[in-house]
Amino acid sequence: MEDIIYNQLGYSILSWTVFLPVVGAVLLLFVRNAAAVRWTTLLFTIATFFVAFPILGNFDKTTHKMQFVEKSPWIPSWGINYFIGIDGISVLFIFLTTILSILCVLVSWKSIENKVKEFHIAILTLEAGMLGVFVALDFFLFYLFWEAMLIPMFLLIGVWGGKNRLYAAIKFFLYTLVGSVLMLVGIVVLYFAGGKTLDILALSNMHAQFPFQLQFWLFLAFFAAFAVKVPMFPVHTWLPDAHTEAPTAGSVILAGVLIKMGAYGFLRFSMPMLPDATKFFMVPIMVLSVVAIIYGALVCFAQKDFKRLIAYSSVSHMGYVTLGLFALNTQGVEGGILQMLNHGIITGAMFLMIGIIYERTHTRVIADYGGFAKIVPWYAGLFMILTFASIGLPATNGFIGEFLIMFGAFKAKKILGVFAATGIILGAGYMLWLYQRIFFQEANPDYDAGGHHHVRDLDLREVITLVPLFVFVFWIGFYPNTFLEYMHASVEHLIQGMELTAVAGNENMIAKYIMEIF
Amino acid sequence: MEMETTISLLDMRLLVPELTLICVGLILMLLDLVVKKKELIAAVGIAGTLVAMYGTYKLYGFYDPQTAFAGMFVVDGYSNFFKLIFYLNIILTICISLKYMTIEKASFGEYYALLMFSTTGMMIMASAADLIVLYLGLELMALSTYILAGFMRTQPRSNEAALKYFFLGAFSSAFLLYGISLTFGLTGTTNLKGIAEALGALSIMDSPIAYLGLIFIIVAFSFKIALVPFHMWAPDVYEGSPTSITAFMSVGPKAAGFAVLGRVLFDAFAGMQVQWSAILVPIAVITMATGSIIALAQTNIKRMLAYSSIAHAGYMLLGIISGTHDGLTSTINYLMIYLFMNIGAFAIVITLRREGFQGEDLEDYMGLSKSHPLASALMLIFMFSLAGIPPTAGFVGKFYVFLEAINAGYVYLAVIAVAFSAVSAFFYLRVVMYMYMKDPVKEISLTTSPSMSIALAVTAMMVLIIGIFPSVLLNLVKLSILG
Repeated sequence: MEDIIYNQLGYSILSWTVFLPVVGAVLLLFVRNAAAVRWTTLLFTIATFFVAFPILGNFDKTTHKMQFVEKSPWIPSWGINYFIGIDGISVLFIFLTTILSILCVLVSWKSIENKVKEFHIAILTLEAGMLGVFVALDFFLFYLFWEAMLIPMFLLIGVWGGKNRLYAAIKFFLYTLVGSVLMLVGIVVLYFAGGKTLDILALSNMHAQFPFQLQFWLFLAFFAAFAVKVPMFPVHTWLPDAHTEAPTAGSVILAGVLIKMGAYGFLRFSMPMLPDATKFFMVPIMVLSVVAIIYGALVCFAQKDFKRLIAYSSVSHMGYVTLGLFALNTQGVEGGILQMLNHGIITGAMFLMIGIIYERTHTRVIADYGGFAKIVPWYAGLFMILTFASIGLPATNGFIGEFLIMFGAFKAKKILGVFAATGIILGAGYMLWLYQRIFFQEANPDYDAGGHHHVRDLDLREVITLVPLFVFVFWIGFYPNTFLEYMHASVEHLIQGMELTAVAGNENMIAKYIMEIF
Repeated sequence: MEMETTISLLDMRLLVPELTLICVGLILMLLDLVVKKKELIAAVGIAGTLVAMYGTYKLYGFYDPQTAFAGMFVVDGYSNFFKLIFYLNIILTICISLKYMTIEKASFGEYYALLMFSTTGMMIMASAADLIVLYLGLELMALSTYILAGFMRTQPRSNEAALKYFFLGAFSSAFLLYGISLTFGLTGTTNLKGIAEALGALSIMDSPIAYLGLIFIIVAFSFKIALVPFHMWAPDVYEGSPTSITAFMSVGPKAAGFAVLGRVLFDAFAGMQVQWSAILVPIAVITMATGSIIALAQTNIKRMLAYSSIAHAGYMLLGIISGTHDGLTSTINYLMIYLFMNIGAFAIVITLRREGFQGEDLEDYMGLSKSHPLASALMLIFMFSLAGIPPTAGFVGKFYVFLEAINAGYVYLAVIAVAFSAVSAFFYLRVVMYMYMKDPVKEISLTTSPSMSIALAVTAMMVLIIGIFPSVLLNLVKLSILG
């Protein structure tokens, strides 16, 4: 019991954070008026943020231990507990989730007009599911949240999405479901291997007992779930469809939080519980990551749809995240986690901005745009900042994350670092070209001040929606330590735990292992 | 083997619940002559079931299994839990039948009486500790159900359902009798415990006759449970029967089939566990595969749910295959959960039925969420539960059987099962998709009644409660452990 610090705040802060949105969703059932629904949802998302807020002040950054822990029996006959808590790896995601949820409500204020109530119920339950995933310390509880989240997301894409929404929604659901159910089998195998427990901390501490063969198969089972979610090449194909068809709020949540859960899964389960297998798979996964980086970037060049381009850029950027994580050193992992936040902020903001412009133009085809720097100068300026952050220009958050990841990757495998670096150049290429096509060149006269469909610049609600994310772009860009110091102790502990295991990426051992498996 | 042959009248007390239901059934038939209001008949039926339920509850006070009639009839936690399933099944079926049978112009008092008789048959099956008693219960259940399947006597497809069900049912009874005679010939007894002893004394456990008897018995039960390749009757019968009876049949006889399968395999053929597990493994795999894959192609929702029911039987079988008593418990747990989610889904199908409108096509569900948000939300819960997505009860049911299958070393079976559950997710999702993501093409008005609302509320609540607090059911189902 030394690995946890029970919640000392006098009230169950994490439970409140996770279940307050559910309370909101239930309350919404009894609200009739659409405006009231919006305000109630906004209130509940903001309240959730403030309920979670004391965590930042009371979080002990010097320890890797789980904090604010709550534990009570839930399904005693299976030895399953309601066990929640956070450490340096999960704490920042709580805030990313709560902040993005608020922004999602704001951005949907005008764009969602039918089934308003259902939409906001979906947003709130989705928020609860995402928060639950990050705080769960019991594998069963984790799986419950992980899967339950699919339902509102499926509805968000399928009900309020674009033209091709049915295809995208089903594809999203089935891809993630297939991955998840394989993980479920892995969970049950682990349950028996670990002596009938699904306590994440206990399982992480007893990894030495798991023979390599078991770790190998479990890693693959978990990989199926996490790789689909990230998404890693070659199981990324659901992402462009889901992103493109989802309503703005759905895209923001997908890009901002949902796909981070795959990477979070690697950090929370694969690495601490299956360290030998993780080392075994380190190089193959780094290679897959580099493929995703370069392939994702190249595909971006061919996109004609604004949103689809950003979706593919996510594939590329998530490639950096997994590259960093599987470099298996402090810099790489910290860079990976930071880049997860960065990507959530940057791509989240980009999808918000795409949603804003789409509401006005009703087109996402890049060729329809042009000259928007003149038509909507404020919008163009803000998008410029995001473009630079996405490319990884110094002084923005993107730079810090990519730098740490490259540092870690070079330390681990030089040649892969070299290939990954070319992705940065390609990234600059497609983003700047995109910017050029949309904001410079000849303006479409229709959209201009005198045109039929004059496009307005940002209004106050939209600026309020965007500003928080831009604050973080520069905050992380100039002083990343505020965020890195939260995760440092936990990451150190994770890396140390892996070094204690018998094999350290020794190639000779790998041949022996392969013999062992077959 | 000499047994106590005198039958004490005191033994009758263990039969109180069954006798109650038989009496209630007879009373209902008489009542039908004088009472015009079917609501009253239904109410008496439900009240009678509750009395029987109370009787079972009282009998449960005895912790040790009680036997009656020279060990032919047993009342234990196992049988009582199954009886709980049957009671809930009949009560919920009556609730969803009331208005519906009027619309089908087939509202006769005998309907309720037959439900009682059929349920009595199931209860006798659950308590049977002897192959002859088992056969009696099975025939009582089956004969009543054949009639119920054909209850819409003016509709050809209902007639077809009854006839098909009858022929294949008779066929399976013949298999059962073959199996019983072979086993009796080898062991000289029809008592389950006696068979186990005799087989044990036989020393050559893989005697071909014992094997053959086992296979015949498994085949017979496979018909009742609708396991592939003995499922051919199920889709047509499920589609043609009155929808309320489809709901009743997809839970009751299936549960009864599992009850006898479990007891016969775990009691009489306990020594041949390796053999029967080996027989059941391929059956489970093709059952899951056939059910999941063929359901993808269905456009009639009753037919789709029929194939889904076949697939679910495959998952349930995993618990039995594991060969442990905990595994059997996981199957029972699944059955209880299946009761709620499946009857709930059929209840929604029934609400779409109205005078001159079948409401069975998937397309009838297009845009339902626009006109009927509550009914759509309930159907959404049932569909996700059938698909096994948390936080619904369906997930708990699946998790438990996977847990036991993997505990018994059948990891590959669990992998196959989850693969097919992912396949089957597609057709459940399609219903949700039709309701929420397509625009309505025709005006749909729902037929509801207070009893229907109660049934829907109970089933949906249970699906969510068990999904979020599985202990509620798990603690109860533990009492059902056999032996």
